[in-house]
Amino acid sequence: MAEFANLFHGFATVLAFQDVNIFGTTMYLPFNVFIMVVGIVLGVIIGVLPGLGGANGVAILLPLTFSMQPTSAVILLSCIYWGALFGGAITSILFNIPGEPWSVATTFDGYPMAQQGKAGEALTAAFTSSFIGAFFAVIMITLLAPMVAAFALRFGAAEKFAVYFLAFASFVGLSKEPPFKTLAAMLIGFALATFGTDHMTGSLRLTFGSNLLLPGFDFLIAVIGLFGIGEILLTMEEGLKFKGKDAKINLRVVLQTWAKLPQYWWTYLRSCIIGCWMGITPAGATPASFMSYGIAKRVSKNGKNFGNGEIEGVIAPETAAHAAGKSALLPMLALGVPGSPTAAVLLGGLLIWNLQPGPMLFVENKEFVWGLIASMYLGNVVGLIIVLTCVPLLAAILRIPFGIIAPIILMFCAVGAYTVRNSFFDVIMMLAFGILGYLLKKTNYPLAPLVLAMVLGDRAEEAFRQALVGSGGNLGVFFSNALVSSIMALGFIALFWSVISAGISRVRGTNTATAG
Amino acid sequence: MSGDGNAADQGPAHRTVEIGMAIAMGLFAILVIYGAWIAGVGWGFEGPKAGFFPFIIGVILLGATAINLRNGLQTSDTKVFAEWSQLKQVWAVTWPIAVFIALVPYIGIYVASVLLIAFFMMWISSYGPVRFAIIAISVPLITFLVFERWFLVALPKGPLEAMLGY
Repeated sequence: MAEFANLFHGFATVLAFQDVNIFGTTMYLPFNVFIMVVGIVLGVIIGVLPGLGGANGVAILLPLTFSMQPTSAVILLSCIYWGALFGGAITSILFNIPGEPWSVATTFDGYPMAQQGKAGEALTAAFTSSFIGAFFAVIMITLLAPMVAAFALRFGAAEKFAVYFLAFASFVGLSKEPPFKTLAAMLIGFALATFGTDHMTGSLRLTFGSNLLLPGFDFLIAVIGLFGIGEILLTMEEGLKFKGKDAKINLRVVLQTWAKLPQYWWTYLRSCIIGCWMGITPAGATPASFMSYGIAKRVSKNGKNFGNGEIEGVIAPETAAHAAGKSALLPMLALGVPGSPTAAVLLGGLLIWNLQPGPMLFVENKEFVWGLIASMYLGNVVGLIIVLTCVPLLAAILRIPFGIIAPIILMFCAVGAYTVRNSFFDVIMMLAFGILGYLLKKTNYPLAPLVLAMVLGDRAEEAFRQALVGSGGNLGVFFSNALVSSIMALGFIALFWSVISAGISRVRGTNTATAG
Repeated sequence: MSGDGNAADQGPAHRTVEIGMAIAMGLFAILVIYGAWIAGVGWGFEGPKAGFFPFIIGVILLGATAINLRNGLQTSDTKVFAEWSQLKQVWAVTWPIAVFIALVPYIGIYVASVLLIAFFMMWISSYGPVRFAIIAISVPLITFLVFERWFLVALPKGPLEAMLGY
């Protein structure tokens, strides 16, 4: 089993001691473990604070990692992501305010539990479920990612484009937003990615004679604006007041809750599978959590009690959200197609560190890939310990008035936007994207496809044009062999899924009608 | 006089904003198509020209926004986009951010941040001047140390930093 040898090598990379210069003193310590703890603590705080989420938290901090070693940098940023996944649950349960979109479903039963004085139990269940979901996903990544990558090595330009097509088509077909709104948001992302220099011919396009548009739009600016500023504007509109329940977590509560959890093994397994599936297809953590909650509600024998503080109603969405959040990294690493906005930002990071995400990464940068995967195992354990011990501290952060938090977040957004390319124009664009994000969110346009299209636009275009160059302009190249045809066919099924499923249920409906 | 019929008094209609968004996106699509057309949408010496891909994107986007526009026009939804008082709140954060950004090139990002935090604290929270000053000054100061000293990332600085020798 070459994977296990690689994985152990990865653990060695993460746990290695090295000389580190901190605050002027040189220390000999496992730097990557230190980075991991810092990342998770930062991530949990980011997840707890409204207006700062996984995607834009990582986007703001990305420029700080330019000078770090890629392995340490990606450990830091991915741990922020794991931390944010954990943090979202805290606000949902204690304050009935989802810190992240994927923890909305956790509020349904988590907050009622807190109202009944069972906050500690709800939090323990949420964190443990997150841990289990994430652990399942990491094992899946360990086993599947190398195989997927090896398979994808055979992909030519046409197959690459077909994979992008599948990814984006699933967005349109599976999104809970209206399909044409999803499509419009995605195409705006693609269009924004084309501004500036054309990477294939080197010629300029869509600059309209302006020097400001020469470098094009950076997706990090869009992420910080759409998710950061836009979120703050939304929070202001809602006039948020934090009135939280007190959290008391002690060892006794944790152990008591743990003793209860094994009876829900089937909920766990089902939620893990839903999460992994939704994470690999780019649906992401948010729909995964809703779907898992919905199914659990339907099949559980306590289904009627869902919404009144049923522990299963916390387990199902949290497990699925974390499984989805982690497995979103599988297609990013193995195919270069991120499964979530945060994974997209991480992919942007890889490009900046001169690492080409995709199948070649597993061949050329083994140490990096397996270091990252090993850090996911360790980060998950570290994360669980940190959140279980620090809940009261984290809840205290939320009691800081929004009037203080908001300008600080705004400052960090501006700093982050500026540092991406040392461009003042980018800071202005950040505000523009912020207002755009507010309007899009209010009118039900999903933001994730826009961001993913901005990240992948250049690569999708390159694959599309290369395939066409190879075929002399014949569109038949996308159906020229079994592999590419089947990926394209899957893409079309995903694209028209809402139409297809409506058709199926109609046929079923008529069948039962005639039968009855 | 309150009631369902008076939604327009409470704020802009959701339908209006929806239609406005679709029209704005349509205009953006036309801009992209136009820009792509200038760059060349045909088949050039080395394959598809630079405008080829954006042109396709622009055309599909135009189609999608047309459908969104039609859906927006057809809806009989009378719900309010947001109440005026809520929009006032949004505006109350938007303009300080705009002023903050406009100030950055002149006084640097750190001093501008002090002003931004001080403004918000004065406006929203009811803290005494001491706590006020501590937070408004310490946060940008820590940021300064982290970025300029430890990570060696240069951010926009103004006359105050120049006076202090940075």
